[in-house]
Amino acid sequence: MPKAGSRRSPRKPLGEAVILFLLVAFAVLMTPRSGRGASLPCDRPASLTGRPGDIARGQAIVADRRRGLCLLCHSGPFAEPRTQGDLAPDLAGAGKRWTEGQLRQRLVDPRCFAPETIMPAYGRTTDLVRVATVFAGNPILTADEIEDVVAFLVTLRQ
Amino acid sequence: MMSAMRRGLTSAILAWSLADIGAAADIPPDDRRSGTTVMGPALQAMQNDDSGNPAGLWLADGQALWDERNGDADKSCADCHGAAATAMKGVATRYPAVDPVSRQPIDLEQRINLCRTTRQKAPALAFESRELLSLTALVARQSRGLPIAVAVTPESRPFIDAGNALFHRRQGQLDLSCAQCHDDNWGRHLGGAVIPQGHPTGYPLYRLEWQTLGSLQRRLRNCMAGMRAEPYAYGSPDAVRLELYLMWRAQGMTWEAPGLRP
Ligand code: HEC
Ligand code: HEC
Repeated sequence: MPKAGSRRSPRKPLGEAVILFLLVAFAVLMTPRSGRGASLPCDRPASLTGRPGDIARGQAIVADRRRGLCLLCHSGPFAEPRTQGDLAPDLAGAGKRWTEGQLRQRLVDPRCFAPETIMPAYGRTTDLVRVATVFAGNPILTADEIEDVVAFLVTLRQ
Repeated sequence: MMSAMRRGLTSAILAWSLADIGAAADIPPDDRRSGTTVMGPALQAMQNDDSGNPAGLWLADGQALWDERNGDADKSCADCHGAAATAMKGVATRYPAVDPVSRQPIDLEQRINLCRTTRQKAPALAFESRELLSLTALVARQSRGLPIAVAVTPESRPFIDAGNALFHRRQGQLDLSCAQCHDDNWGRHLGGAVIPQGHPTGYPLYRLEWQTLGSLQRRLRNCMAGMRAEPYAYGSPDAVRLELYLMWRAQGMTWEAPGLRP
Protein backbone atom coordinates (compact mmCIF):
# COMPACT_ATOMS: atom_id res chain seq x y z
CA MET A 1 0.00 0.00 0.00
CA PRO A 2 1.50 3.37 -0.95
CA LYS A 3 2.49 5.49 2.02
CA ALA A 4 0.64 8.80 2.03
CA GLY A 5 3.96 10.50 2.76
CA SER A 6 5.49 9.31 -0.53
CA ARG A 7 2.93 11.26 -2.50
CA ARG A 8 4.34 14.57 -1.28
CA SER A 9 7.11 15.08 -3.80
CA PRO A 10 8.41 18.70 -3.70
CA ARG A 11 9.49 18.61 -7.35
CA LYS A 12 5.97 18.37 -8.82
CA PRO A 13 4.77 21.54 -10.63
CA LEU A 14 2.23 23.46 -8.59
CA GLY A 15 -0.76 22.96 -10.96
CA GLU A 16 -0.34 19.23 -10.89
CA ALA A 17 0.06 19.19 -7.14
CA VAL A 18 -3.19 21.11 -6.79
CA ILE A 19 -5.07 18.70 -9.07
CA LEU A 20 -3.61 15.76 -7.19
CA PHE A 21 -4.61 17.31 -3.91
CA LEU A 22 -8.16 17.82 -5.15
CA LEU A 23 -8.37 14.23 -6.38
CA VAL A 24 -7.09 12.84 -3.12
CA ALA A 25 -9.32 15.19 -1.10
CA PHE A 26 -12.30 14.05 -3.20
CA ALA A 27 -11.50 10.38 -2.63
CA VAL A 28 -11.05 10.99 1.06
CA LEU A 29 -14.30 12.96 1.34
CA MET A 30 -16.18 10.17 -0.45
CA THR A 31 -14.85 7.63 2.05
CA PRO A 32 -17.29 6.92 4.87
CA ARG A 33 -14.53 7.13 7.46
CA SER A 34 -13.18 10.40 6.11
CA GLY A 35 -13.04 12.04 9.52
CA ARG A 36 -10.02 10.06 10.62
CA GLY A 37 -6.93 12.25 10.26
CA ALA A 38 -7.55 13.13 6.64
CA SER A 39 -5.77 16.46 6.87
CA LEU A 40 -2.85 15.59 9.18
CA PRO A 41 0.67 16.12 7.89
CA CYS A 42 2.80 12.97 7.89
CA ASP A 43 5.87 14.69 9.17
CA ARG A 44 6.51 16.52 12.44
CA PRO A 45 10.12 17.71 12.44
CA ALA A 46 9.90 19.94 15.52
CA SER A 47 10.42 18.37 18.93
CA LEU A 48 7.26 18.37 21.05
CA THR A 49 9.20 19.61 24.06
CA GLY A 50 11.99 21.66 22.51
CA ARG A 51 14.47 19.24 24.10
CA PRO A 52 16.06 16.12 22.68
CA GLY A 53 14.67 12.87 24.07
CA ASP A 54 16.61 10.40 26.21
CA ILE A 55 17.56 7.26 24.26
CA ALA A 56 17.84 4.93 27.28
CA ARG A 57 14.51 6.05 28.70
CA GLY A 58 12.94 5.61 25.28
CA GLN A 59 14.27 2.07 25.03
CA ALA A 60 12.85 1.25 28.46
CA ILE A 61 9.41 2.59 27.46
CA VAL A 62 9.33 0.56 24.23
CA ALA A 63 10.45 -2.60 26.04
CA ASP A 64 7.85 -2.17 28.82
CA ARG A 65 4.67 -3.94 27.71
CA ARG A 66 2.52 -1.89 30.08
CA ARG A 67 3.90 1.55 29.28
CA GLY A 68 4.84 1.60 25.62
CA LEU A 69 2.65 -1.40 24.71
CA CYS A 70 4.71 -1.49 21.49
CA LEU A 71 5.71 -5.14 21.86
CA LEU A 72 2.09 -6.23 22.08
CA CYS A 73 1.97 -5.64 18.32
CA HIS A 74 5.60 -5.24 17.18
CA SER A 75 8.69 -7.37 17.45
CA GLY A 76 12.12 -5.81 17.70
CA PRO A 77 15.64 -6.14 19.08
CA PHE A 78 14.56 -6.82 22.68
CA ALA A 79 14.68 -9.65 25.21
CA GLU A 80 12.06 -12.43 25.23
CA PRO A 81 11.17 -12.60 21.53
CA ARG A 82 8.47 -15.18 22.30
CA THR A 83 6.37 -12.58 24.06
CA GLN A 84 6.54 -10.06 21.22
CA GLY A 85 3.58 -9.51 18.92
CA ASP A 86 3.30 -10.10 15.19
CA LEU A 87 0.54 -7.67 14.23
CA ALA A 88 2.97 -5.04 12.97
CA PRO A 89 6.37 -4.67 11.28
CA ASP A 90 9.57 -5.46 13.19
CA LEU A 91 10.95 -2.27 14.72
CA ALA A 92 14.52 -3.13 13.70
CA GLY A 93 15.64 -0.67 11.04
CA ALA A 94 12.81 1.79 11.75
CA GLY A 95 15.38 4.59 12.11
CA LYS A 96 16.69 3.87 8.63
CA ARG A 97 13.28 3.61 6.94
CA TRP A 98 11.83 6.77 8.48
CA THR A 99 12.98 10.27 9.32
CA GLU A 100 12.81 11.55 12.88
CA GLY A 101 9.87 13.77 11.89
CA GLN A 102 7.96 10.84 10.42
CA LEU A 103 8.61 8.72 13.50
CA ARG A 104 7.38 11.54 15.74
CA GLN A 105 4.21 11.92 13.66
CA ARG A 106 3.72 8.14 13.62
CA LEU A 107 3.71 8.12 17.42
CA VAL A 108 1.64 11.25 18.00
CA ASP A 109 -1.02 10.20 15.49
CA PRO A 110 -0.36 7.56 12.81
CA ARG A 111 -3.62 8.02 10.92
CA CYS A 112 -2.07 9.96 8.05
CA PHE A 113 0.13 6.94 7.25
CA ALA A 114 -2.90 4.62 7.16
CA PRO A 115 -6.33 5.97 8.15
CA GLU A 116 -7.51 2.61 9.51
CA THR A 117 -4.26 1.60 11.20
CA ILE A 118 -4.58 -0.36 14.42
CA MET A 119 -1.58 1.47 15.85
CA PRO A 120 -2.81 3.75 18.64
CA ALA A 121 -2.13 7.48 18.54
CA TYR A 122 0.14 7.95 21.54
CA GLY A 123 -0.25 11.72 21.70
CA ARG A 124 -3.91 12.17 20.79
CA THR A 125 -6.74 12.74 23.28
CA THR A 126 -9.51 13.63 20.83
CA ASP A 127 -11.70 11.50 18.50
CA LEU A 128 -11.78 8.77 21.13
CA VAL A 129 -14.85 6.88 22.34
CA ARG A 130 -15.51 5.50 25.83
CA VAL A 131 -12.03 5.97 27.23
CA ALA A 132 -11.78 4.33 30.68
CA THR A 133 -12.19 6.94 33.42
CA VAL A 134 -8.68 6.40 34.78
CA PHE A 135 -7.18 7.32 31.39
CA ALA A 136 -9.69 9.95 30.26
CA GLY A 137 -8.15 13.19 29.02
CA ASN A 138 -4.61 11.77 29.05
CA PRO A 139 -2.57 10.66 26.05
CA ILE A 140 -1.01 7.18 26.20
CA LEU A 141 2.45 8.76 26.47
CA THR A 142 3.39 12.29 27.53
CA ALA A 143 5.26 14.62 25.18
CA ASP A 144 8.49 13.89 27.09
CA GLU A 145 7.96 10.15 26.77
CA ILE A 146 7.20 10.44 23.06
CA GLU A 147 10.43 12.37 22.54
CA ASP A 148 12.34 9.66 24.45
CA VAL A 149 10.81 6.95 22.23
CA VAL A 150 11.56 8.92 19.05
CA ALA A 151 15.17 9.42 20.16
CA PHE A 152 15.46 5.67 20.66
CA LEU A 153 13.74 4.70 17.38
CA VAL A 154 16.13 6.94 15.43
CA THR A 155 18.99 4.72 16.71
CA LEU A 156 17.41 1.54 15.27
CA ARG A 157 19.37 1.67 12.04
CA GLN A 158 19.68 -2.00 11.19
CA MET B 1 1.21 15.30 -16.37
CA MET B 2 -1.72 13.05 -17.30
CA SER B 3 0.18 9.95 -16.29
CA ALA B 4 1.14 11.53 -12.97
CA MET B 5 -2.50 12.39 -12.43
CA ARG B 6 -3.53 8.87 -13.27
CA ARG B 7 -0.91 7.51 -10.91
CA GLY B 8 -2.14 9.83 -8.17
CA LEU B 9 -5.72 8.82 -8.75
CA THR B 10 -4.84 5.13 -8.82
CA SER B 11 -2.93 5.30 -5.57
CA ALA B 12 -5.72 7.31 -3.92
CA ILE B 13 -8.31 4.75 -5.00
CA LEU B 14 -6.04 1.88 -4.00
CA ALA B 15 -5.44 3.32 -0.55
CA TRP B 16 -9.14 3.88 -0.21
CA SER B 17 -10.25 0.39 -1.24
CA LEU B 18 -7.55 -1.33 0.83
CA ALA B 19 -8.72 0.60 3.88
CA ASP B 20 -12.22 -0.69 3.20
CA ILE B 21 -11.14 -4.30 2.87
CA GLY B 22 -9.29 -4.06 6.16
CA ALA B 23 -12.37 -2.79 7.92
CA ALA B 24 -14.99 -5.11 6.46
CA ALA B 25 -13.62 -8.65 6.61
CA ASP B 26 -15.95 -10.90 8.59
CA ILE B 27 -14.74 -14.47 9.13
CA PRO B 28 -16.15 -16.83 6.47
CA PRO B 29 -18.39 -19.47 8.15
CA ASP B 30 -16.06 -22.37 7.27
CA ASP B 31 -13.06 -20.64 8.86
CA ARG B 32 -14.68 -20.17 12.24
CA ARG B 33 -12.82 -21.81 15.15
CA SER B 34 -13.67 -22.03 18.81
CA GLY B 35 -11.15 -20.61 21.28
CA THR B 36 -10.68 -24.21 22.43
CA THR B 37 -8.59 -24.88 19.32
CA VAL B 38 -6.05 -22.28 20.48
CA MET B 39 -5.30 -24.30 23.66
CA GLY B 40 -2.85 -27.17 23.90
CA PRO B 41 -4.14 -30.79 23.93
CA ALA B 42 -3.77 -31.13 27.73
CA LEU B 43 -6.10 -28.19 28.42
CA GLN B 44 -8.54 -29.39 25.76
CA ALA B 45 -8.70 -32.80 27.43
CA MET B 46 -9.16 -31.15 30.84
CA GLN B 47 -12.01 -29.04 29.47
CA ASN B 48 -13.89 -32.00 28.07
CA ASP B 49 -13.45 -34.26 31.11
CA ASP B 50 -16.23 -33.55 33.60
CA SER B 51 -14.12 -34.68 36.57
CA GLY B 52 -11.02 -32.78 35.38
CA ASN B 53 -12.66 -29.45 34.55
CA PRO B 54 -12.91 -27.40 37.79
CA ALA B 55 -16.25 -26.09 36.47
CA GLY B 56 -17.64 -29.40 37.80
CA LEU B 57 -17.68 -27.87 41.29
CA TRP B 58 -20.04 -25.15 40.06
CA LEU B 59 -22.20 -27.73 38.28
CA ALA B 60 -22.69 -29.61 41.57
CA ASP B 61 -23.67 -26.37 43.33
CA GLY B 62 -25.97 -25.52 40.44
CA GLN B 63 -27.76 -28.86 40.74
CA ALA B 64 -28.30 -28.28 44.47
CA LEU B 65 -29.69 -24.79 43.80
CA TRP B 66 -31.91 -26.15 41.02
CA ASP B 67 -33.56 -28.47 43.52
CA GLU B 68 -33.73 -26.02 46.44
CA ARG B 69 -37.04 -24.34 47.32
CA ASN B 70 -36.58 -20.60 47.53
CA GLY B 71 -38.25 -17.21 47.85
CA ASP B 72 -41.74 -16.25 48.99
CA ALA B 73 -43.22 -18.71 46.49
CA ASP B 74 -41.20 -21.48 48.15
CA LYS B 75 -40.64 -23.16 44.81
CA SER B 76 -37.54 -24.71 43.26
CA CYS B 77 -36.52 -24.50 39.62
CA ALA B 78 -37.26 -28.23 39.47
CA ASP B 79 -40.83 -27.66 40.75
CA CYS B 80 -41.60 -25.71 37.57
CA HIS B 81 -39.22 -27.26 35.03
CA GLY B 82 -38.52 -30.82 36.17
CA ALA B 83 -35.09 -32.29 35.57
CA ALA B 84 -32.50 -29.82 34.26
CA ALA B 85 -30.99 -32.47 31.96
CA THR B 86 -34.17 -32.68 29.89
CA ALA B 87 -35.88 -29.33 30.45
CA MET B 88 -32.81 -27.18 29.82
CA LYS B 89 -31.46 -29.02 26.78
CA GLY B 90 -30.78 -26.51 23.99
CA VAL B 91 -31.82 -23.48 26.04
CA ALA B 92 -28.37 -21.87 26.35
CA THR B 93 -27.85 -21.98 22.56
CA ARG B 94 -30.79 -19.58 22.12
CA TYR B 95 -29.70 -16.78 24.50
CA PRO B 96 -29.63 -13.78 24.54
CA ALA B 97 -33.26 -13.82 23.41
CA VAL B 98 -35.85 -11.05 23.19
CA ASP B 99 -38.05 -11.08 26.28
CA PRO B 100 -41.67 -10.71 25.14
CA VAL B 101 -42.58 -8.51 28.11
CA SER B 102 -39.78 -5.93 28.00
CA ARG B 103 -39.11 -6.47 24.23
CA GLN B 104 -35.41 -6.25 25.08
CA PRO B 105 -32.85 -9.01 24.67
CA ILE B 106 -31.90 -10.70 27.92
CA ASP B 107 -29.04 -13.13 28.43
CA LEU B 108 -29.10 -16.46 30.24
CA GLU B 109 -28.12 -14.93 33.59
CA GLN B 110 -30.92 -12.37 33.28
CA ARG B 111 -33.40 -15.07 32.29
CA ILE B 112 -32.48 -17.06 35.41
CA ASN B 113 -32.89 -13.94 37.53
CA LEU B 114 -36.27 -13.27 35.92
CA CYS B 115 -37.42 -16.71 37.11
CA ARG B 116 -36.01 -15.92 40.54
CA THR B 117 -37.86 -12.62 40.91
CA THR B 118 -41.17 -13.35 39.13
CA ARG B 119 -41.68 -17.08 39.82
CA GLN B 120 -39.78 -17.81 43.00
CA LYS B 121 -40.36 -14.32 44.39
CA ALA B 122 -36.76 -14.29 45.58
CA PRO B 123 -34.20 -11.49 45.25
CA ALA B 124 -32.16 -11.41 42.03
CA LEU B 125 -28.70 -12.96 42.26
CA ALA B 126 -25.68 -10.67 41.74
CA PHE B 127 -23.75 -10.96 38.48
CA GLU B 128 -20.64 -13.16 38.95
CA SER B 129 -21.97 -14.45 42.29
CA ARG B 130 -21.25 -18.12 42.91
CA GLU B 131 -24.99 -18.89 42.89
CA LEU B 132 -25.74 -17.24 39.56
CA LEU B 133 -22.64 -18.72 37.89
CA SER B 134 -23.55 -22.18 39.23
CA LEU B 135 -27.11 -22.07 37.92
CA THR B 136 -25.97 -20.63 34.59
CA ALA B 137 -23.28 -23.32 34.24
CA LEU B 138 -25.83 -26.04 35.03
CA VAL B 139 -28.25 -24.76 32.38
CA ALA B 140 -25.43 -24.19 29.88
CA ARG B 141 -24.07 -27.73 30.42
CA GLN B 142 -27.29 -29.26 29.11
CA SER B 143 -26.61 -27.86 25.62
CA ARG B 144 -23.06 -29.16 25.18
CA GLY B 145 -22.54 -30.43 21.64
CA LEU B 146 -25.57 -28.65 20.20
CA PRO B 147 -25.27 -25.93 17.53
CA ILE B 148 -25.75 -22.28 18.54
CA ALA B 149 -29.19 -21.20 17.36
CA VAL B 150 -30.16 -17.67 18.39
CA ALA B 151 -33.43 -16.50 16.87
CA VAL B 152 -33.12 -14.07 13.97
CA THR B 153 -36.51 -12.38 13.84
CA PRO B 154 -37.85 -8.90 13.20
CA GLU B 155 -37.77 -8.48 16.99
CA SER B 156 -34.16 -9.57 17.48
CA ARG B 157 -32.65 -8.16 14.28
CA PRO B 158 -32.26 -4.53 15.44
CA PHE B 159 -30.42 -5.72 18.56
CA ILE B 160 -28.11 -7.98 16.54
CA ASP B 161 -27.35 -4.99 14.32
CA ALA B 162 -26.71 -2.79 17.35
CA GLY B 163 -24.28 -5.39 18.72
CA ASN B 164 -22.61 -5.55 15.32
CA ALA B 165 -22.07 -1.78 15.41
CA LEU B 166 -20.54 -2.03 18.90
CA PHE B 167 -18.24 -4.84 17.74
CA HIS B 168 -16.92 -2.67 14.93
CA ARG B 169 -16.66 0.58 16.87
CA ARG B 170 -13.20 1.76 17.86
CA GLN B 171 -13.05 2.40 21.58
CA GLY B 172 -10.87 3.30 24.49
CA GLN B 173 -7.57 5.11 24.82
CA LEU B 174 -6.02 2.59 22.38
CA ASP B 175 -8.77 3.31 19.82
CA LEU B 176 -9.28 -0.34 18.85
CA SER B 177 -12.42 -2.25 17.85
CA CYS B 178 -13.23 -5.85 18.71
CA ALA B 179 -13.27 -6.59 14.97
CA GLN B 180 -9.72 -5.33 14.46
CA CYS B 181 -8.44 -8.07 16.74
CA HIS B 182 -11.00 -10.86 16.36
CA ASP B 183 -11.95 -10.57 12.67
CA ASP B 184 -8.81 -9.04 11.16
CA ASN B 185 -5.99 -10.45 13.30
CA TRP B 186 -7.14 -13.75 14.85
CA GLY B 187 -4.40 -16.37 14.88
CA ARG B 188 -1.69 -13.71 15.18
CA HIS B 189 0.09 -12.89 18.43
CA LEU B 190 -0.74 -10.01 20.73
CA GLY B 191 2.41 -10.07 22.84
CA GLY B 192 2.73 -13.73 23.79
CA ALA B 193 -1.00 -14.54 23.42
CA VAL B 194 -2.65 -15.96 20.32
CA ILE B 195 -5.69 -13.84 19.44
CA PRO B 196 -8.74 -16.15 19.28
CA GLN B 197 -11.71 -15.40 17.06
CA GLY B 198 -13.62 -14.37 20.16
CA HIS B 199 -16.53 -16.82 20.09
CA PRO B 200 -18.82 -17.19 23.11
CA THR B 201 -19.14 -21.00 22.77
CA GLY B 202 -17.65 -21.91 26.17
CA TYR B 203 -19.16 -19.44 28.65
CA PRO B 204 -19.44 -19.43 31.58
CA LEU B 205 -16.02 -21.05 31.82
CA TYR B 206 -13.24 -21.74 34.29
CA ARG B 207 -10.25 -19.55 33.62
CA LEU B 208 -7.00 -20.60 35.28
CA GLU B 209 -5.93 -16.94 35.39
CA TRP B 210 -9.10 -16.02 37.29
CA GLN B 211 -8.96 -19.13 39.49
CA THR B 212 -12.72 -19.22 39.19
CA LEU B 213 -15.64 -19.55 36.83
CA GLY B 214 -16.58 -16.37 34.97
CA SER B 215 -19.22 -15.15 32.56
CA LEU B 216 -18.92 -13.94 28.99
CA GLN B 217 -19.44 -10.41 30.27
CA ARG B 218 -16.47 -10.78 32.59
CA ARG B 219 -14.37 -11.86 29.58
CA LEU B 220 -15.56 -8.82 27.61
CA ARG B 221 -14.51 -6.58 30.49
CA ASN B 222 -10.99 -8.04 30.21
CA CYS B 223 -10.84 -7.09 26.53
CA MET B 224 -12.29 -3.63 27.25
CA ALA B 225 -9.65 -3.13 29.96
CA GLY B 226 -7.00 -4.08 27.40
CA MET B 227 -8.37 -1.43 25.05
CA ARG B 228 -8.44 0.97 28.02
CA ALA B 229 -12.16 1.46 27.40
CA GLU B 230 -14.80 1.93 30.09
CA PRO B 231 -16.41 -1.53 30.37
CA TYR B 232 -20.15 -1.96 29.84
CA ALA B 233 -21.92 -2.42 33.16
CA TYR B 234 -23.06 -5.99 33.87
CA GLY B 235 -26.48 -6.56 32.35
CA SER B 236 -26.51 -3.20 30.55
CA PRO B 237 -28.25 -3.02 27.14
CA ASP B 238 -24.89 -2.58 25.34
CA ALA B 239 -23.34 -5.61 27.07
CA VAL B 240 -26.29 -7.84 26.15
CA ARG B 241 -26.44 -6.59 22.54
CA LEU B 242 -22.76 -7.36 22.15
CA GLU B 243 -23.30 -10.84 23.61
CA LEU B 244 -26.20 -11.36 21.19
CA TYR B 245 -24.06 -10.30 18.24
CA LEU B 246 -21.29 -12.69 19.34
CA MET B 247 -23.82 -15.55 19.49
CA TRP B 248 -25.19 -14.61 16.06
CA ARG B 249 -21.62 -14.47 14.73
CA ALA B 250 -21.12 -18.00 16.10
CA GLN B 251 -24.48 -19.27 14.81
CA GLY B 252 -24.24 -23.03 14.11
CA MET B 253 -20.96 -23.49 16.02
CA THR B 254 -20.85 -26.21 18.67
CA TRP B 255 -21.75 -25.22 22.23
CA GLU B 256 -19.00 -26.21 24.70
CA ALA B 257 -19.92 -24.62 28.03
CA PRO B 258 -18.80 -24.77 30.72
CA GLY B 259 -15.38 -24.52 29.09
CA LEU B 260 -11.85 -23.94 30.30
CA ARG B 261 -9.22 -21.34 29.40
CA PRO B 262 -5.65 -20.73 30.57
C1 HEC C 1 -2.10 -2.15 18.48
C2 HEC C 1 -0.97 -2.31 17.62
C3 HEC C 1 0.25 -1.40 17.69
C4 HEC C 1 0.89 -0.86 18.79
C5 HEC C 1 0.51 -1.01 20.25
C6 HEC C 1 2.01 -0.12 18.27
N1 HEC C 1 2.06 -0.21 16.92
FE1 HEC C 1 3.48 0.63 15.67
N2 HEC C 1 2.50 -0.12 14.03
C7 HEC C 1 1.40 -0.93 14.05
C8 HEC C 1 1.06 -1.33 12.70
C9 HEC C 1 -0.11 -2.25 12.29
C10 HEC C 1 2.00 -0.72 11.84
C11 HEC C 1 2.09 -0.88 10.31
C12 HEC C 1 1.67 0.31 9.51
C13 HEC C 1 0.34 0.90 9.91
O1 HEC C 1 -0.68 0.21 9.89
O2 HEC C 1 0.32 2.06 10.29
C14 HEC C 1 2.90 0.03 12.72
C15 HEC C 1 3.98 0.77 12.27
C16 HEC C 1 4.96 1.32 13.07
C17 HEC C 1 6.19 1.92 12.60
C18 HEC C 1 6.64 1.97 11.16
C19 HEC C 1 7.21 0.60 10.89
C20 HEC C 1 7.85 0.44 9.53
O3 HEC C 1 9.05 0.27 9.48
O4 HEC C 1 7.11 0.50 8.54
C21 HEC C 1 6.90 2.32 13.72
C22 HEC C 1 8.25 2.96 13.73
C23 HEC C 1 6.10 2.00 14.87
N3 HEC C 1 4.93 1.40 14.45
C24 HEC C 1 6.48 2.24 16.18
C25 HEC C 1 5.72 1.92 17.31
C26 HEC C 1 6.12 2.21 18.67
C27 HEC C 1 7.45 2.84 19.07
C28 HEC C 1 5.10 1.80 19.48
C29 HEC C 1 4.95 1.95 20.98
C30 HEC C 1 5.30 3.18 21.60
C31 HEC C 1 4.09 1.18 18.62
N4 HEC C 1 4.51 1.29 17.32
C32 HEC C 1 2.91 0.59 19.07
C33 HEC C 1 0.70 -1.35 15.19
C34 HEC C 1 1.01 -0.99 16.52
C1 HEC D 1 -6.09 -5.76 21.14
C2 HEC D 1 -6.74 -6.99 20.85
C3 HEC D 1 -8.15 -7.28 21.33
C4 HEC D 1 -9.26 -6.46 21.30
C5 HEC D 1 -9.36 -5.04 20.79
C6 HEC D 1 -10.36 -7.25 21.82
N1 HEC D 1 -9.92 -8.49 22.18
FE1 HEC D 1 -11.09 -10.05 22.77
N2 HEC D 1 -9.40 -11.19 23.09
C7 HEC D 1 -8.11 -10.82 22.77
C8 HEC D 1 -7.18 -11.85 23.20
C9 HEC D 1 -5.66 -11.84 23.03
C10 HEC D 1 -7.97 -12.87 23.79
C11 HEC D 1 -7.46 -14.20 24.37
C12 HEC D 1 -7.50 -14.27 25.82
C13 HEC D 1 -6.34 -13.67 26.50
O1 HEC D 1 -5.24 -14.19 26.32
O2 HEC D 1 -6.54 -12.70 27.26
C14 HEC D 1 -9.38 -12.42 23.68
C15 HEC D 1 -10.49 -13.17 24.10
C16 HEC D 1 -11.81 -12.84 23.79
C17 HEC D 1 -12.94 -13.71 24.00
C18 HEC D 1 -12.89 -15.12 24.58
C19 HEC D 1 -12.75 -16.15 23.51
C20 HEC D 1 -12.61 -17.54 24.07
O3 HEC D 1 -12.49 -18.45 23.25
O4 HEC D 1 -12.63 -17.75 25.27
C21 HEC D 1 -14.05 -13.04 23.58
C22 HEC D 1 -15.49 -13.55 23.60
C23 HEC D 1 -13.62 -11.73 23.12
N3 HEC D 1 -12.25 -11.64 23.26
C24 HEC D 1 -14.45 -10.73 22.64
C25 HEC D 1 -14.04 -9.40 22.43
C26 HEC D 1 -14.93 -8.28 22.24
C27 HEC D 1 -16.45 -8.38 22.16
C28 HEC D 1 -14.16 -7.17 22.11
C29 HEC D 1 -14.56 -5.72 22.01
C30 HEC D 1 -15.38 -5.18 23.07
C31 HEC D 1 -12.78 -7.60 22.16
N4 HEC D 1 -12.75 -8.95 22.40
C32 HEC D 1 -11.67 -6.78 21.97
C33 HEC D 1 -7.73 -9.64 22.13
C34 HEC D 1 -8.58 -8.55 21.90
